[in-house]
Amino acid sequence: MLKALKIVFELNGNTVEADVLPRLTLADCIRHHFMQTGTHVGCEHGVCGACTVIVNGDAVRSCLMLAVQAGGARVTTVEGLTPPEGLSPLQASFRRHHALQCGFCTPGFLTTAHALLTREPDADKERIRHVLSGNLCRCTGYINIVEAVYEARSAYAAKPPMNATAERP
Amino acid sequence: MTAQDKFVGAAIERIEDLRLLTGNGRYVDDIHRPGMLHAVIVRSSAAHGLIRGIDTAAAAGMPGVHAVYTGRDIAAEGNGRVPTIPLRLAPLPELEAFEQNVIALDKVRYVGECLAVVVAETQAQAEDAAAEVNVEIEALPAVPDCEAAARDKSLLFAEHGTNAVITYVARKGDAQKAVGPYVRKETFGVQRHSAVTMETRGLVAEWDGERLTVLGAAKVPFSTRAMLAPMLNLPPERIDMIESDVGGGFGVRGEFYPENFLVPFAARRLKRPVKWVEDRRENLLGSNHSREMQCELEIVCASDGRVLALLGAVSVDCGAYMRANAAVPPRNVAQFLSGPYDVPNIHVESTVYLTSKAPIGTYRGPGRFEADFFRERLFDMAARDLGIDPVEFRRINLVKAGQMPYPLATVDQPEKREELDSGDYRAALERCLAEFDWDAKRALQGRLVDGKYHGIAVGCFIEGGAAGPKETARIEIEEDGSITVYAGSTNVGQGVVTVLTQIAADALDVPLERIRVLHGSTTYLKEGYGSYHSRATVMGGSAVLNAATALKERIREAAATEHRWAAGEVQIGPGLTASFRGQMLTAAQLGQMKVQADGEFANHHHTYAYGTAAAHVTVDPGTGRIELVDYFTVEDVGRVINPLTARGQIVGAVVQGLGGALLEHLAYDGEGQFLAGTLADYLMPAADDFPCIRALVLGNSPSPHNPLGAKGGGEGGIVPVGGVIANAVAAALASLKVEPKTLPLTPPRIWALIHG
Amino acid sequence: MKLPDFEYAAPATSAEVVQLLAGRRGEAKVISGGQSLLPTMAFRLAQPALLIDLRNLQGLDHITIESSGVRLGARTRWRDIEDDARLRAAHPLLVEAVSHVAHYQVRNRGTVGGSLAHADPASELPCVAVTCDAELKLLGPRGERRVKAAEFFRGPLTTALADDEIILELSLPPWPCDRRWAFSEFARRRGDFALAGVAVCYDLDERERACNVHIGVLGACHYPRRLRRAERALEGRPVDLETARSAGVAASEEVDPIGDFHAGADYRKALVGTLLERALLKSNAQSIENCF
Repeated sequence: MLKALKIVFELNGNTVEADVLPRLTLADCIRHHFMQTGTHVGCEHGVCGACTVIVNGDAVRSCLMLAVQAGGARVTTVEGLTPPEGLSPLQASFRRHHALQCGFCTPGFLTTAHALLTREPDADKERIRHVLSGNLCRCTGYINIVEAVYEARSAYAAKPPMNATAERP
Repeated sequence: MTAQDKFVGAAIERIEDLRLLTGNGRYVDDIHRPGMLHAVIVRSSAAHGLIRGIDTAAAAGMPGVHAVYTGRDIAAEGNGRVPTIPLRLAPLPELEAFEQNVIALDKVRYVGECLAVVVAETQAQAEDAAAEVNVEIEALPAVPDCEAAARDKSLLFAEHGTNAVITYVARKGDAQKAVGPYVRKETFGVQRHSAVTMETRGLVAEWDGERLTVLGAAKVPFSTRAMLAPMLNLPPERIDMIESDVGGGFGVRGEFYPENFLVPFAARRLKRPVKWVEDRRENLLGSNHSREMQCELEIVCASDGRVLALLGAVSVDCGAYMRANAAVPPRNVAQFLSGPYDVPNIHVESTVYLTSKAPIGTYRGPGRFEADFFRERLFDMAARDLGIDPVEFRRINLVKAGQMPYPLATVDQPEKREELDSGDYRAALERCLAEFDWDAKRALQGRLVDGKYHGIAVGCFIEGGAAGPKETARIEIEEDGSITVYAGSTNVGQGVVTVLTQIAADALDVPLERIRVLHGSTTYLKEGYGSYHSRATVMGGSAVLNAATALKERIREAAATEHRWAAGEVQIGPGLTASFRGQMLTAAQLGQMKVQADGEFANHHHTYAYGTAAAHVTVDPGTGRIELVDYFTVEDVGRVINPLTARGQIVGAVVQGLGGALLEHLAYDGEGQFLAGTLADYLMPAADDFPCIRALVLGNSPSPHNPLGAKGGGEGGIVPVGGVIANAVAAALASLKVEPKTLPLTPPRIWALIHG
Repeated sequence: MKLPDFEYAAPATSAEVVQLLAGRRGEAKVISGGQSLLPTMAFRLAQPALLIDLRNLQGLDHITIESSGVRLGARTRWRDIEDDARLRAAHPLLVEAVSHVAHYQVRNRGTVGGSLAHADPASELPCVAVTCDAELKLLGPRGERRVKAAEFFRGPLTTALADDEIILELSLPPWPCDRRWAFSEFARRRGDFALAGVAVCYDLDERERACNVHIGVLGACHYPRRLRRAERALEGRPVDLETARSAGVAASEEVDPIGDFHAGADYRKALVGTLLERALLKSNAQSIENCF
């Protein structure tokens, strides 16, 4: 076995460090090293989008990123989008619109939508659909997800997002 | 239930969502146990062959490896035999010969079959070692499809002498003697595809020297335990099956698979917790496939369009073995071929063939999606031949409300009679046409506008639900006055907690927040039947309702015993309080009295939700691309418990159906090699493929067979999709005489039909 | 599906990268965004012993727009191209083609160099590079060299890049203000690998006839290449329905796609013709308004 490398990065606002093998993906690092299991792994080959996390403000597939590549980065997962109490406006919109069933793909949709609306709070439905086409959901048929994201736009347009670990300068 | 319902019928936001939206779901791969090891399965890369040797020495010496088990190791513990996976549904003695070994011993019959289990400290190490297991297989000719299977040149089970497993027959009236002025026979086919849940399967098994705990159980934990116990030579009581969150069920997740034995076996041998999580390639290769069948269908009609008879010969490709619920699709396609229509004479023979492909099982609307495609396609052809409007053709033939209960064909082996329970099918059709704006859209039928042909079509469907024999529940009042509901139903992502909470809250007249629903695991109840065949709401809900009724009785009894109240005069009030002549017991006090009650609901009548779907498509003749312009579906589910989740089930099912109609294919080549091993090859609908799906859920025709009046509604959405889409495409391309008869309707296939 | 084991290095200079590659010839691979490499490794179709990460290199993520054309550093991400408003005028064909690349998340990490080095026949950027006579700047142990895109791509996933070389930059020739262009691809779903696609650009002479015609194909080919017969069918002619059709027919006859279970060769051939015909008719009306 090859040597582990030390990495330090910011995970949901906290500085974390770990000794990881180069072969460890960021997804597995977050899930099995830092035990933040809200990020899900659905395909491990970069198609399903379930593992989407926000790295330095950008939505990325954490199964297609090595943990060692996250050194020095700001990483936000669904846990980081969740307020201490209750739900964020985006999460609440998902609930109101019944935009999830089994919930497995949901964290990936939330992180993707959060990254999108943070940058493009005026995204129209077509843009939302295009962006979300990189995340697969097998339960909902997507209609309610698109509605939920669309309705959550106001929370991003009016003020900086409620929990902005991904966006802090 | 009563008109005072506060929660049942209301669009209650789901209780589950608070966990699932915040990253607090607990799926099987989220489970970490102290000292846990990881299992990886070595799978056959050969489609068909004799195992000449499996050399595990190199793998066993790899870093972190604790054990490598082959079929020989497992047979050594079973007097030379390897356990086989029994049929859970519709078992027959003659099917036992085709049950799957939990691990291949002498022969492999499909790519992906288990050959060895590697257990190591980490999954990566187990995968590294798995790559070093050397397998020698003497290739035998593959049996790539039913046609090859029927030739019996290469046999999956040589001792059986043929690849044909069984022929089910569905009969009604005397179809073979039916005569009419119009007869047409066509052959249709549906491709192999399946659920492909977003969470792959997985298990964590743990042996403490006395008891086995299996985390990650799903769908039917009690049934799985009953199958597993004899394989491990353990009494069922020493096995706990613990449910986790489940990332999608759709019929596939939670059935008994080889790993359901292999992982507990390894955990017991190693006395360490062992986790196995299927990777996506394994999921595509080996979680139950479904749908692949061909049907030669003949229709006999009177000149006024009445269907006099349907005669069908179906060939079902079941893959290499008869797995736990493999009998369901071939039986269903035969029994439900007539769907919601009044067909007096039916004869359908459904023959199951073994091929060198992954075994099949049920996938949402099993046999029904296929049957609807076959039937609705032929109905549109017949209507056109007879010069009858396709909508009128359906009006003429739908079962009428006054005919209820209406008998379907009876399927044999084992004999099963079925009857449609209730409903006004015509009303659903008319409602769909109105909402879809059929009359206005008809102006576009077959027209070429801006280079694209437009087509519309409509199809009617039923879905079965509420499988028996029964479901169980227990309600306990806790010492703080809160209520715990234990349910035999399981969560497969459908929102069972919310629905059962609504039902319990109304039945007990308490707020939703006071109720906690615990479900599925074998530790809660003595027996439970789980979630399949759209049964959780009806069966689980009715069991909760009965338990609530029993609880009120227990409250009266307890009050009588402990406080000498006259049981008959005890009033149960809001918030679950008991009062008697000015005295009152709060729910908390009742909880301190340990009041609880069991309830169950037994039922042998299936529910039949029903509806109509309509689609508007365009076809680009240059590329063959089909675009969905509009889709409207109406489904009457008898009684709507939660409009949000009911509609969510329908829309989700429609989009899955569109995947099956247009995109998805678990393809193999002629040598039995698998071609769809990535999600870039197995194409599922994405967010921008089908942006316009509309659904209306109705609750106009309560089922007479359960106290809720509800009907299973989780599968109906998918049932008509293949037929409706194919008919819309045929209508669009009528001027080109294109008749799609095989799914999926891919651009190359449509293009070839246009230009061929 | 865990990645196979490998060593990892993230040097600070391209010279060090090349040195490491040269020291481990054939068993080292460069990783940039990793969006093509990591899936390949997840399926263990590639098992490099050493991954050399470009993340610490300075200066390879530039988008330079000059009179000599557009230069894209190898570490430029799809997202950077999308975000750079100048490119919409400076190279609209590039921008249009890149808008079809993969999905949102992949576009945040996938890079120019990675796409060129991976050389998937269905990739958009290699097709644009070949169509537009672009040049690649490579760095090896013996220094830099320049290779024309047409000579760089040699087969499916096969390029002229030696195993001790890296890509530094892609240079696209200048884009005249009134150049006509079109890009069209056909994929089963948005973001999927295209079954076929075409990139087109040409100028109009004083008689409004096409000249300097460039037509490239992706997907329906072993590697991206120009379609010379289709170009000849258009050269010197007005871009009308008749010309578009004959160019489409020529393209269709000229390609030699590989069929697979997603689409047979016959279909892909026909598709190239249809896409080209439509692209040409669309291009006729398309001209950028604000030149760089």
